[in-house]
Amino acid sequence: MAHAVDHSVPARQAPTAAGDHTQQHPIKLYLVVWAWLFVLSTCSYMVDYFQIQGYLRWSLILLFMFLKAGLIIAVFMHMAWERLALIYAILLPPAVVLVFLAIMIFEANYTLFTRLAFFVIGS
Amino acid sequence: MVQSVLRDAATAEARPTRWRSIATDWASDQRAFKQVSWGKAMMWIFLLSDTFIFSCFLLSYMTVRMSTTVPWPNPSEVFALHLFGQNIPLILIAIMTFVLITSSGTMAMAVNFGYRHDRRKTAILMLVTALLGATFVGMQAFEWTKLIGEGVRPWENPWGAPQFGSTFFMITGFHGTHVTIGVIFLFIVARKVWRGDFETGRRGYFTSRSGNYEIVEITGLYWHFVDLVWVFIFAFFYLW
Repeated sequence: MAHAVDHSVPARQAPTAAGDHTQQHPIKLYLVVWAWLFVLSTCSYMVDYFQIQGYLRWSLILLFMFLKAGLIIAVFMHMAWERLALIYAILLPPAVVLVFLAIMIFEANYTLFTRLAFFVIGS
Repeated sequence: MVQSVLRDAATAEARPTRWRSIATDWASDQRAFKQVSWGKAMMWIFLLSDTFIFSCFLLSYMTVRMSTTVPWPNPSEVFALHLFGQNIPLILIAIMTFVLITSSGTMAMAVNFGYRHDRRKTAILMLVTALLGATFVGMQAFEWTKLIGEGVRPWENPWGAPQFGSTFFMITGFHGTHVTIGVIFLFIVARKVWRGDFETGRRGYFTSRSGNYEIVEITGLYWHFVDLVWVFIFAFFYLW
């Protein structure tokens, strides 16, 4: 019985797994993504053009950046159709950069503190 | 009742299968990346390592910008161009962004036509991609010339923190090098496609193996990555 269940699992999984081998997708998909990348780039340029400042500026920049990066990776680089084993092997390691980012934020703040404490006031 | 238990077991087991597929793939014999050729897998792994290189550049830029006591030059003004009688902020960078995105679009379509064995369209789209890439590098050379003329050096600039110049030349220079290498490879592969190397099974000069249209996709992966890096440089260096 357990075997019967086991065999049914790959069968159910089969249609969703990995998709087409040679990455054959309609041209229209690329044109739509292309148009979206144009729109998103224009939006991020407008953030600077209208001189939006503060947290709104930074969050908008990051939002448009991640949307553009996601579209390029998922559609243009066909990551959306790859197997999970590859997706996680490639997309997970860069997350470690966030740890590095946190470390360097501490480091930069400390350097700034020492410069302010020992160089600027004395000079 | 037995049936309902079985059905529950089946649905419970169906849920972790996507996760289980990772373990199965990685634990399997000989190759972890199913349905992905070694060329494509190796390009992905190279791009991963390149991601770390560019991450280190952007993180070092963040560190020097956060820790300097001197005000950072305003990129919006530094990269403004005087056009039509007024200063338009960041316009050259915006045009460069659009050029690179357009080249990514043509590259994606070249990959598609390659798998359809449409030699002519593939080669033409790859040439268009390469020319747009060359345009991008040309505009970057113009930008460098302009800034160097205004007195920007890796160790000083007229507007503020000297680290501005060092990080600018380092990051955009490294990215421009990537674009240039990409343009060269696009020309090489476009020539092979045009000549019909992948239809006749002609052997390549380097590995002396015959290739197929997947090399177009692998070149495309590199090219899209160059575009991807620019998305991050545009956001963090020019807009922040």
